[in-house]
Amino acid sequence: MALKIVKGSIDRMFDKNLQDLVRGIRNHKEDEAKYISTCIDEIKQELKQDNIAVKANAVCKLTYLQMLGYDVSWAAFNIVEVMSSSKFTYKRIGYLAASQCFHEGTDVIMLTTNQIRKDLSSPNQYDTGVALTGLSCFVTPDLARDLANDIMTLMSHTKPYIRKKAVLIMYKVFLKYPESLRPAFPRLKEKLEDPDPGVQSAAVNVICELARRNPKNYLSLAPLFFKLMTSSTNNWVLIKIIKLFGALTPLEPRLGKKLIEPLTNLIHSTSAMSLLYECVNTVIAVLISLSSGMPNHSASIQLCVQKLRILIEDSDQNLKYLGLLAMSKILKTHPKSVQSHKDLILQCLDDKDESIRLRALDLLYGMVSKKNLMEIVKKLMLHVDKAEGTTYRDELLTKIIDICSQSNYQYITNFEWYISILVELTRLEGTRHGHLIASQMLDVAIRVKAIRGFAVAQMATLLDNAHLLTGNTQRNGICEVLYAAAWICGEFSEHLEDPMQTLEAMLRPKVATLPGHIQAVYVQNAAKLFATVLQKHEGETDSQAAQETSQLLIERLPLFVQSANLEVQERASCILQLVKYIQKLQQKNVEVAEEVTALFAGELNPVAPKAQKKVPIPEGLDLDAWINEPPSESESEDEKPKAVFAKEEPKHSRSRHTEVDEKELARRREVRKQEQANNPFYIKASPSSQKVYDAPGVEHIPVVQIDLSVPLKVPGMPMSDQYVKLEEERRQKEKAEKKKKEKKKKREKRGKGRKADSGPESEEDITPAHHVDIVTEEMPENALPSDDDDKDPNDPHKALDIDLDNLLSGTSSRPLADSEKLPVRTHRPEVLKSPAEDRDNESIPQESKKKSSKEKKEKKKDKEKDRKRSKEEKKKKKKHKEVEEEPMESQPEEAIQSEDSKEMAAPPTSAEEVTAPSSAAAVDTSPVAAAESEPDEPKDTEPEDTKSSKHKKKKQKKEKEEKEKKKKKRHHHHHHHHSDGGGEDSVQNGTVEDEEPLPPMSNYSLLAENSYIKMVYDIQGNHQDESKVVVSVIFENKSDSFLKSMEFNVLDSLNSKLQRPEGAGPHDGLTVPFQLPPGVSNEARFVFSVQSIVMPQKLKGTLTFIVKSEESSTHEKLDFKLHFTCTSYLITTPCYSDAYAKLLESGDLKGSSLRLEGVNMPFHHLLARICFHHHFSVVERIDSCASMYSRSIQGHHVCLLVKTSDQTVSIDAKCDEPSLLGNVLDEIKQTFSKC
Amino acid sequence: MQFMLLFSRQGKLRLQKWYVPLSDKEKKKITRELVQTVLARKPKMCSFLEWRDLKIVYKRYASLYFCCAIEDQDNELITLEIIHRYVELLDKYFGSVCELDIIFNFEKAYFILDEFLLGGEAQETSKKNVLKAIEQADLLQESQTEDWGGLANEEIL
Repeated sequence: MALKIVKGSIDRMFDKNLQDLVRGIRNHKEDEAKYISTCIDEIKQELKQDNIAVKANAVCKLTYLQMLGYDVSWAAFNIVEVMSSSKFTYKRIGYLAASQCFHEGTDVIMLTTNQIRKDLSSPNQYDTGVALTGLSCFVTPDLARDLANDIMTLMSHTKPYIRKKAVLIMYKVFLKYPESLRPAFPRLKEKLEDPDPGVQSAAVNVICELARRNPKNYLSLAPLFFKLMTSSTNNWVLIKIIKLFGALTPLEPRLGKKLIEPLTNLIHSTSAMSLLYECVNTVIAVLISLSSGMPNHSASIQLCVQKLRILIEDSDQNLKYLGLLAMSKILKTHPKSVQSHKDLILQCLDDKDESIRLRALDLLYGMVSKKNLMEIVKKLMLHVDKAEGTTYRDELLTKIIDICSQSNYQYITNFEWYISILVELTRLEGTRHGHLIASQMLDVAIRVKAIRGFAVAQMATLLDNAHLLTGNTQRNGICEVLYAAAWICGEFSEHLEDPMQTLEAMLRPKVATLPGHIQAVYVQNAAKLFATVLQKHEGETDSQAAQETSQLLIERLPLFVQSANLEVQERASCILQLVKYIQKLQQKNVEVAEEVTALFAGELNPVAPKAQKKVPIPEGLDLDAWINEPPSESESEDEKPKAVFAKEEPKHSRSRHTEVDEKELARRREVRKQEQANNPFYIKASPSSQKVYDAPGVEHIPVVQIDLSVPLKVPGMPMSDQYVKLEEERRQKEKAEKKKKEKKKKREKRGKGRKADSGPESEEDITPAHHVDIVTEEMPENALPSDDDDKDPNDPHKALDIDLDNLLSGTSSRPLADSEKLPVRTHRPEVLKSPAEDRDNESIPQESKKKSSKEKKEKKKDKEKDRKRSKEEKKKKKKHKEVEEEPMESQPEEAIQSEDSKEMAAPPTSAEEVTAPSSAAAVDTSPVAAAESEPDEPKDTEPEDTKSSKHKKKKQKKEKEEKEKKKKKRHHHHHHHHSDGGGEDSVQNGTVEDEEPLPPMSNYSLLAENSYIKMVYDIQGNHQDESKVVVSVIFENKSDSFLKSMEFNVLDSLNSKLQRPEGAGPHDGLTVPFQLPPGVSNEARFVFSVQSIVMPQKLKGTLTFIVKSEESSTHEKLDFKLHFTCTSYLITTPCYSDAYAKLLESGDLKGSSLRLEGVNMPFHHLLARICFHHHFSVVERIDSCASMYSRSIQGHHVCLLVKTSDQTVSIDAKCDEPSLLGNVLDEIKQTFSKC
Repeated sequence: MQFMLLFSRQGKLRLQKWYVPLSDKEKKKITRELVQTVLARKPKMCSFLEWRDLKIVYKRYASLYFCCAIEDQDNELITLEIIHRYVELLDKYFGSVCELDIIFNFEKAYFILDEFLLGGEAQETSKKNVLKAIEQADLLQESQTEDWGGLANEEIL
């Protein structure tokens, strides 16, 4: 029976594969949701089965449903199952599903790490490819950290197919796990010169993306990219490189200067529009960065503008659009070059494509001058009338206002004209930008004192004709201008010709249909007008007029007292009572005008938008600290923050109703928002602030399209055109007075636009019509000078701002610190320290800091030395440097899955430098090539002193030091890292005294060697595990043949055992996870478990391998003896002197001592050696006496007191384990007997 | 490139590839918004639009819209080229591709895209190489299916 059910469901599965599902969905158009829900039920059944094919099919269907918008997150685990299938067919589907459905929050991603790692190292390149592709979509910080090293290894895969994918995905890894950038960068850089163009292009892509975000770290790559740019013919690559240069030039203008020529060449020669466009853009960027203090590159600008003109004139809308876009970039720095194409741009305003029109509008913004502003605005006004869609018309409106108000009304010479334009714009029905116009009116009226009379007259007319604006619906955005009009008329009522008439207009019953906040302003300003009227009639014998005014108010105000709007109600009732009182006084013939006017006395000053921000925070004031106890969570947070400011206004301080329902609350909030937005006391003066006025309340108002083919004409309103004419006449009169050249005047009248920038009249010649006093915005007295535009702190690219230069140039380098090694997977993962753990270890960051300070010293020292140095030498050093960088990043360890380990062109490691320095130069060809090309580069391509060549000079200086010394020093540094952060204090010692540099030191000692292979090794304890040590072995292929199938085996002792993977027998060897091409070396790590650490020990072992040459392959072996010294169980541990003293006082330690005769070396060398070779740290040093400390992996304390006098060194030592101490002392003795 | 969407004239999503991590909700929202915006544009309009802080590059091929989101500094024309390349690849693979090919073989369309773009960057500019990689992967798939005798004889694990 059960079988039947299973069979049945399998059958059903066969019935419905993906195609059937798709077909089914298409056939169930009416009840799609229902159909799909039955399908999902079926899929759930299918997923329950054990058959992987069924599962894969189900997952495939789910992927499709996911695209349709159905939630499939519940099947995440099934997706992982399908990903893990050994068959490519299903694996492919699994990874596809994962890449479509997984995101950072998917918890099953954690489970995939090992599967992905396995796939990455699969012998089948398509398995690897599919895993890489999938990973690129769902990589998380954890995955990035755990797999960074695996992917990095793949960057050197033999197949370009894998290499290019690995290179590309590294970018995603960097984003998620920025610590990987420094260790991976040298290899990435190497890929810039990969023989495969696809890999090369991938590397260019990644570095360009990196450099765009943090260009300064990549300046040193400029010569390399320059070479690529001039040699590459691949447009895809060229575009990326050119874009990269665009990012670099702002930081290094001299680079830009060099770029101009090749870029202009490309512009001339290329037929690819995309490349042309990129070149033009970069030339623009370059010219922008050059614009300060460089001779003008008018030829290049002309070329760009010309090419862009061709683009704009093209019939292809896309090119037209991009041409305009690029033009707007030129406009910022070279407005004149663009202005000469005004005709073309104005023509684009008529284009049928709205996006093109909008781009053209953007350009207009930068093309106005005092001379052509009126003309351009006139043209735009025509477009406003013609425009069919409200969106475009609104855009035009904002553009007009932007253009006019830009840089503090810089281009406006006639404010009467501007006010008329604003008034004309009020005819636009259905616009959303009533606020904008209103705020402009307010701003101009407040700040341009000379215009107030005119403005008030215009506003009075507006108020009088308010019915034309409001139309049939009160919810019209444009009625916002009435707000401004009422306020201006009230505030500057002394300029009104007939205040009585305006007052009457403001109190019409129709006003009650306006939005509340506008009514409120009406009421308030009616009171101001009332005061003005009273004052006007003061002193007249006949008090009739004044009394009539009072009467008018008393009659009309009750309408507002009944308003549903609290604000209106409140103001109206106050004012009504006031007027009633005044009326009483008037009847007694008391003079009241002065007192009433006093209510509204005082000048308003505009406040700069940034004023508040600029007030420095007084010392000791913590704005984030709570003043009171923080309120409980349950209180509404919504209301809180706003209340702070709203309550400052008295009108909001009282609430009449204690109980208000939510609707009312929301409504009030809305009203208050609008109030705030429109309150003249908040007026900001600069144009940029205008966006603030876009009160959210009006955005959702449905906009009615009204045919404006017959422009509304408001009676009595002046047309802006007449001001244009007036202005022109005025200007000419002015000019005539100045120059008296009649003919020129006439021509000027007609061809004004054309000659905009070449005309004889300069900008300054145009004087404003009135004496315009634009009131500047007020700033707090002690305002902070600059405003810091912070970058988004959440920008993922910020984390990638990592100094890579040092890594590259080497000389002044901050070498990779231990903490920067990529997590390497050894065959016992628990041995691993994650970088996070590393960081916990205090000693490491300290160490690197100290190092860098030491390097600085070195630099200085070097500079003082002889300046000449042969190029040859420099090259050698370069090679040397290149070589040296490598080992830190290459420790690929995949012992478990290394059955089919890939061939790797593994870079040489440090061991070679130390043990066979002569071979180092010859070994790795690609970095050498890179290095060689670089020093040549500046000579050929950078005759001028660009930064990079400067950089090189510096280097040269530094490298004046004798070669040997330098080498030694660097070795010294380098090996500090290998000694697990050893000897931080020895470094310190080195810095403290300017004594002679330390000799070279290495902890790698020879393990075994024959004609094929050489092995050196180092043993290190581990912080985390008291019974494990890691043996790092560097294998170097000395032969001309290929070494493969290396197997490392050790005969375990009772005390020390090689850790083998689970399931392996105690005598099985471990496969070395790489193969060695001729001349290449690589490092592998092996973990050993130890029980007792008090005695040194030797383990016998054998390495077997296959030597493969062209015609034959032979099986070879090499025996070796691994020497576990007691020193190797010690771990450098910093210790503070007080803790040290306590330790010695405790009396738990047993003593021993050692004398060394005839030690002929400086004391700091001696200490450095002990630190380095024996993993001690200096606790304290006084003259020729030092205390040192170390700890074993099992927690034994080892304390040394080292004294020296006349070539005799005495060491008093204490430790809680005497035999360990004895052995360590013996080993120290041996170290010094060797030298 | 941040993402690529394929949708039909009716606004039905046919393919989506996201190169930035976003929640499903956000993806849906973006898709809805973009589909609407792009479909509302007139046929003669240019292929670029600014949207949020991104640039949208789209192109219509027959009944399908190909729509990519790129960042501010990215090159619009090369993005059009990428779209065109992808269409050519689909065309070569399916043999004069139509919307139905992509609907019924949507996983294949993804595989092709994945061989062409990785992490939002073009990984292979040679059409030949892309098709070769796809062919070989398909071959591998087929041989495996044969080896295992097709679905019917699939061993029960």
